[in-house]
Amino acid sequence: MPYPMQLGFQDATSPIMEELTYFHDHTLMIVFLISSLVLYVIILMLTTKLTHTSTMDAQEVETIWTILPAVILVLIALPSLRILYMMDEIYNPYLTVKAMGHQWYWSYEYTDYEDLTFDSYMVPTQDLSPGQFPLLEVDNRLVLPMELPIRMLISSEDVLHAWTVPSLGLKADAIPGRLNQATLTSTRPGVYYGQCSEICGSNHSFMPIVLEMTTLKYFEKWSSMMQS
Amino acid sequence: AGGRRTSFPPPAQRPSTPPFDPRFPNQNQTRNCYQNFLDFHRCTKTMRKKGKDTSPCDYYRKVFQALCPLSWVQRWNEQIQEGTFPGKI
Ligand SMILES: [Cu+2]
Repeated sequence: MPYPMQLGFQDATSPIMEELTYFHDHTLMIVFLISSLVLYVIILMLTTKLTHTSTMDAQEVETIWTILPAVILVLIALPSLRILYMMDEIYNPYLTVKAMGHQWYWSYEYTDYEDLTFDSYMVPTQDLSPGQFPLLEVDNRLVLPMELPIRMLISSEDVLHAWTVPSLGLKADAIPGRLNQATLTSTRPGVYYGQCSEICGSNHSFMPIVLEMTTLKYFEKWSSMMQS
Repeated sequence: AGGRRTSFPPPAQRPSTPPFDPRFPNQNQTRNCYQNFLDFHRCTKTMRKKGKDTSPCDYYRKVFQALCPLSWVQRWNEQIQEGTFPGKI
């Protein structure tokens, strides 16, 4: 859940998001180091009276300032690729759920059961109950069991959308005529919010995603209730 | 104390979802859905031709039903009925 004046990411709820948070911190440290060094050199050059404008053929310094940035780039690229391939991995999923984007709402299909499908519309601000969040709440939440790998298949019925849940480190474009796969795993129960992340028309801002992760037992109760 | 007891009907069955398919290791699963839809129809066609039981084809149906969006399946079924389905069955 984001909060006002937030700096940085939401708390990680999936192993992938934990990895992404570490990677972000790692890269940010490198950026800070480089920025401080550059700032230090700028200040040094502006405040010194010594000048030397005719340096030629300085092989040593040329070698160092070519190799060092290359090493730094590799130190960023390798962990980045590692997470990229981790995100692609799908072990035997417990459940398959399809998220379809529409102008302007999401609909979900659980077809491992007998065709459980429902639409998920935003709750208009004037209809909110106390404690609910404006522009984030939906009438039918996507309920899923926690601590299990779930195969999300994301597509669209009309234009481009993107299905996103930041605290799970999930984002996939919803493209008409194409099925995109993502693995969803939550390490704890809770309600997680996301929003459509691809400009899709006038109500793009009003098609949020609400995920309710719960125990398998309650998930089964919910799914049997939804079917009857 | 005591309270009302709500009992829920047991789930119809534990879900058994298609496992990872090494033919389709990518994020793009469009082909996985389509191929299984084709395979199901090819399978039932040949089984019927041979006058055999079509129940071995049920696996393909389970897979494409789990993977394909309902609207796609509906559209393809209409196309098959009208004879305008582009795939070779
Ligand atoms: Cu959208």
